[in-house]
Amino acid sequence: MGEKMSRRPYVREVPPTTWYFRMPRYMRYMVREVTSIFIGIYTVIMLVGLMRLSEGPAQWQSFLDALKSPGSVTFQVLALLFALYNSFTWFNVAPKALPLQFGEDMAPDSVVAIGHYVVWVLLSIFILFWAGVF
Amino acid sequence: MSDNRLAARQIELEVLRYNPETDQEPKFQNYSVPCINEWCVLDALNYLKDNLDPTLAYRWSCHMQVCGSCGMMINGEPKLACKAMLRDYPDTIRIEPLNHFPIERDLVTVADDFIAKLKRVKPYIIPGEKRVPTEGEYKQTPAQLKRYRQFAMCINCMLCYAACPEYGLQPKFIGPAAISLAHRYNIDSRDGGRDERQEEIATDEGVWECTFVGACSEVCPKHVDPAAALQQVKAASTVDWYLEHFMSWVKK
Repeated sequence: MGEKMSRRPYVREVPPTTWYFRMPRYMRYMVREVTSIFIGIYTVIMLVGLMRLSEGPAQWQSFLDALKSPGSVTFQVLALLFALYNSFTWFNVAPKALPLQFGEDMAPDSVVAIGHYVVWVLLSIFILFWAGVF
Repeated sequence: MSDNRLAARQIELEVLRYNPETDQEPKFQNYSVPCINEWCVLDALNYLKDNLDPTLAYRWSCHMQVCGSCGMMINGEPKLACKAMLRDYPDTIRIEPLNHFPIERDLVTVADDFIAKLKRVKPYIIPGEKRVPTEGEYKQTPAQLKRYRQFAMCINCMLCYAACPEYGLQPKFIGPAAISLAHRYNIDSRDGGRDERQEEIATDEGVWECTFVGACSEVCPKHVDPAAALQQVKAASTVDWYLEHFMSWVKK
């Protein structure tokens, strides 16, 4: 010892806008984040629909007609697929946030995940029933 | 090696090297290393240091996935060099120091930031009920043990920090391992220090910096699942907030 230590740590910068190209798992994360933009836009469309409904039957009808345009249908199909992807991936990780313990042992993740799917299906049936689909 | 049952294999190692005394920036150096297919990457590095280039610097100690010293990027993935088996890799392997940490020299990184964060979260039992030894031990049932056992498996190897893009972008983030260890003690039946730890981890630099990419859990060599710990801290902190603001008469 006694020699001067020459410390000069080298910092590797993380590219702030392109970091998610560095690993497939980062890309997977970003894809899931992007799906929520479509869900957000769909929510805005629903709010516009409510506004048109409050303005009277003619406005409501023109809103419904606009929904049937090819561009609109394409968007809705995409939004539905993305919403499904977002929901499935969310339900599959939900057990991480909700650990359940029965007696001594921790419940397997599948218990919480399946619980989410069951509630989802029941709620969907209830809403469709309420909306007069059946 | 006289044992001919072991398959010899020539491995090309591309090692990122950095000498703070002479280099402006790190650069790759290639080595052709005679290996045995049953070796792990750490064995190859040890052979390289003993026989080909004694100047190579890297950390290791136990060679059995317990000490957490030999974390490095192996073909772009954060791995323990002692757990990365050569049989799982092609003939060319790229080895770099752990991402998101400054390079001290070659494969040795500066871990000061992680150590400071670890201290901040008080990863030890702060007894809820003060006792002296003559009053006997703190007892715990197997069920109470199982609640936190998984999070107690952390060996502080920092692979999760190298995987976490959030930590790379925002170095103030307390990060996966430190928060998981805080959670481990928070949910320990013998502990009473949660309020102190929440001051550190239920903050913007704590769990709320986490966006749940989940990379930490994918790379954890001990199956700690840090992402789960962080989401559980978020959920518990949210409940705290509602209790405090809307149901302040309820005691935690």
